[in-house]
Amino acid sequence: MTAGLREVRDGLRDIAPAAIAAIPIGLLFGALMASKGLTPAEVALMSGFVCAGGAQLAAVELWVHPAPILALAVSTVLIDARHVLMSTSLARRTEAFAWWQKMLGFYVMSDENWALGERRAAERTLTPAYFITMGATLWINWVTTTTLGAIGGAMLGDPRVYGADFAFTALFIGLAAAFVRGPGGMAVVAASGLASAATYVGVGAPWHVAAGAAAGVATAWALAGEDEEEALA
Amino acid sequence: MSVDPWTLLAILVMASITYATRISGVLLGGRLKLSPRAQAAFNAVPPAVLVALIAPSALATGGAETIAALAAAVAATRLPLLGVIAVGVVTVVALRAFGL
Repeated sequence: MTAGLREVRDGLRDIAPAAIAAIPIGLLFGALMASKGLTPAEVALMSGFVCAGGAQLAAVELWVHPAPILALAVSTVLIDARHVLMSTSLARRTEAFAWWQKMLGFYVMSDENWALGERRAAERTLTPAYFITMGATLWINWVTTTTLGAIGGAMLGDPRVYGADFAFTALFIGLAAAFVRGPGGMAVVAASGLASAATYVGVGAPWHVAAGAAAGVATAWALAGEDEEEALA
Repeated sequence: MSVDPWTLLAILVMASITYATRISGVLLGGRLKLSPRAQAAFNAVPPAVLVALIAPSALATGGAETIAALAAAVAATRLPLLGVIAVGVVTVVALRAFGL
């Protein structure tokens, strides 16, 4: 087995658990998108071009017809802002990549393959074969399962009957929980949730998203404290 | 298999923004330096946005949704993502059946 093939095999082995866990989530996403009126072709295009679970879920929550492009753009910027930090960190590990391999590899960078790429780079050289194998696996998996979910979901009918409308809310709670660490994280969640609900009741959509996000980020900023910043500056 | 042009435009806008954030580190070449405080604020963006998105349906819809959201939050401390969804959905369906 050549070195390149070994990198591909390692990539497939390492990404397999994340890819398998994403199958039912992709099916569910696709069905939820279909319940908002997107056609299977539109779901396939969105998954193929955007390929970002958090941003796509947020988009579907905001989705009305015709598409509110400004609100979608703002929510995408907010959800994807973390990519800037992830990309900045991983870019230091890509000496073995040609420029087009960086362009392609970072197109399919997600939370999972980013984390695995960082772990690999801590032990040995991160190769394009390893990183792009993981990204391509997740991309094919995501486009296929969301499209199948959209086709199946369109046949299932009213999502309220079996509680699928609430699957959104539960999915977001699960995703948010993965980011919450310690009492500071709980304070961020509380500030964001209360500000969002109050704005939704008092002012209306879509302002609750910006208000809640601002309250949560301001809380994190305030709790982080000046001392640490000055000590490490 | 139809594609609405306005929907396609929205998808392309989202795709451009998402790709810009993903490639930014490569283009910046590691020149972005954030203070720990700014980094803490940055790290808080994903959970703050996710919670802001669902707060109305969790807190301002009805009793069944609020209780199911709390159940899902507790489940999120010990179950994987699919388990969290299952707990939330089963709870809301059960509570709605009781007329909450």
